[in-house]
Amino acid sequence: MTTPFYVSPQQAMADRAEYARKGIARGRSVVVLQYSDGILFVAENPSRALHKVSEIYDRIAFAAVGKYNEFENLRIGGVRYADLRGYTYDRDDVTARGLANVYAQTLGTIFSSAAEKPYEVELIVAEVGEAPEDDQIYRLPHDGSIVDEHGSVAVGGNADQISSYLDQRHRDGMTLAEALKLAVESLARDNNGGERSLTAEQLEVAVLDRKRPQQRKFKRVLGRQLSRLLESEGAAAEDSSVAESEAEDSEE
Amino acid sequence: MEANTRDTGRLPAAFLTPGSSSFMDFLGAHSPQLLPGNRPLPPLQGAVEAPHGTTIVAASFPGGVVLAGDRRATMGNVIAQRDIEKVFPADEYSAVGIAGTAGIAVEMVKLFQLELEHFEKVEGTVLSLEGKANRLSTMIRGNLGMAMQGLAVVPLFAGWDVDREKGRIFSYDVTGGRSEEHGFAATGSGSMFARGSLKKLYRDDLTEDQAVTAVVQALYDAADDDSATGGPDLARRIFPIVTVITDDGYKRYSEAEVSEVARAILERRLEEPDGPRAALL
Repeated sequence: MTTPFYVSPQQAMADRAEYARKGIARGRSVVVLQYSDGILFVAENPSRALHKVSEIYDRIAFAAVGKYNEFENLRIGGVRYADLRGYTYDRDDVTARGLANVYAQTLGTIFSSAAEKPYEVELIVAEVGEAPEDDQIYRLPHDGSIVDEHGSVAVGGNADQISSYLDQRHRDGMTLAEALKLAVESLARDNNGGERSLTAEQLEVAVLDRKRPQQRKFKRVLGRQLSRLLESEGAAAEDSSVAESEAEDSEE
Repeated sequence: MEANTRDTGRLPAAFLTPGSSSFMDFLGAHSPQLLPGNRPLPPLQGAVEAPHGTTIVAASFPGGVVLAGDRRATMGNVIAQRDIEKVFPADEYSAVGIAGTAGIAVEMVKLFQLELEHFEKVEGTVLSLEGKANRLSTMIRGNLGMAMQGLAVVPLFAGWDVDREKGRIFSYDVTGGRSEEHGFAATGSGSMFARGSLKKLYRDDLTEDQAVTAVVQALYDAADDDSATGGPDLARRIFPIVTVITDDGYKRYSEAEVSEVARAILERRLEEPDGPRAALL
C-alpha cells in the first residue's frame, strides 16, 4: 500500500487558485463600463455564435471569461434561476445581487470541494437601474468571492493592466460612443505596452440601455450600428442612443 | 459531499444540467408543482364557478395580422370583470388571446411568454412561428384534465412569420389540437357571431386600418348577440384590446386609437343597428 503525500490545506488551495487563474489568463478580456444611459459590455471575440456577453433577465446581463463550457453552464443556470424566480414571484424580484450571490455560492462550493475541479472562469453580473447611481456591477472571481465594482471593470487575460488603464480614463456620464472608444482602446493594449488595432468584426458589443422602451433592456450592438459608433471620432456631440438607431438597423 | 446541494446556497444540480432549452421542461423536472396542468383536482360534482373570458377574433391582412378581444369576464350570469385583458404579446412577433377560464388562462400565458423568452435567451435565437404554436398546443393538452371539469382554456395565437413574411393565425381546441386558419378566426362564447360577421366583412386585400375596423365590427356583433361578450363601454371608456403584428413586431393600439375606431362604428350603427350590409349576390 502506498501512502499519499501530505499536502497542506494552504498549499492545496493555492494550487487550485493557481490552476484557475492560469486558465482564465489564457483568454481574451471582457470590459464592462457604465455610460450615461446604461452599461456597456465589450469583449474581444471573433465568434458571432459563441457569446461571452449575454442577457439574463430584463435588466440583468452576464459577461464571462475562461473556459467556455463552464461559463456557458453557469449562464444557463443563471437564466433558469432568474426565470424561475420571476415566474414564482414577480419580474421585479429578480435582482443582480441575488443572482451574484447564487453564483458566488456555486463557484465557492466548487472551488473548495476536493472532488471537483475548480472552474476556470471569472464572471460579471450587471444590472442597469433607473439612474446611473442605481447601476450595479458585480465581479465574481473563480473562488466564489464577490467584488462590488463601480465605473469600469475588466476580467480575463490582461485584466490588471486594462483595469488600471480604464480607471484612469473612465468618468461618469460618458456617451455610448465615448465609452465604446475607451473600451476598445483598453482592449487593444498589449502586455508589453504595444497597441493592436481591433475592428468591428473582432468585437462583441452589447448594452443594457435604460432608455430602451422595451421591458428587456439588453441589446447587442451589431453591424452598421457598431461600425458607426466606432467611427464617430471625438464623439462629444454624439448622442446616438441605441434605442434611436434601433429602428434604422432592424432591416439588417 | 454534494448530496444536499440546497443547503449550500449554490445552484441545485438541475440548474446546471445541460440539455433542454425549454423552461417548461426545466420546471417539470425541478418544481413540477408549478406547472399549471400538474395539480390534481379534487373530485367534485358539477362545474367550478370561476370567471370566464369570452370572445377573441383575429384577421390577417397583407403585411400583418390583427388580434383583438373584448373586455368582459363572466361567472355564470354575473359580469365578473368589465375590463379584463385577454390579449397578450407572446414575444416580439406574436400574440395570444385567451378564451375560457381566466385564472388558468392568464397563468398559461405567463408561462408561454416565459417559455419563448427562455428559449430565446438560452439558444440565442427565436423559435419558428410553428414551433411557438406547437409549444402552446402542448400546454393546452396538459390542461385537459381541468378542461374536462369545466376549466377549459382555448386560445387564439397569431404572429408574423419572419421566414415566410406573412401574418398567420392558429386556433386550438381543448385537447390541444391546433389548426392554422386562413384569413380570419374567432374563439370563445361569442365566436359564432364574430365569425359570421367576419365572414361577410373580410377580404384578403384589407389594409391594416380596415382589418382593425373589421375585427372591432365583429366584436360588436358578438356583443350584440352573446350576453357574455362586452361591447364598447363609452361611459367607462372601456374599449376592446386591439393588437397588430407586422414585420415591425407587436404593437398594441392605444385606448385613444381604439376608441376612435369604436366610436366611428357606433356612429354608423345608430343608423344601421345591424352593421354594414353585404351584397346579396
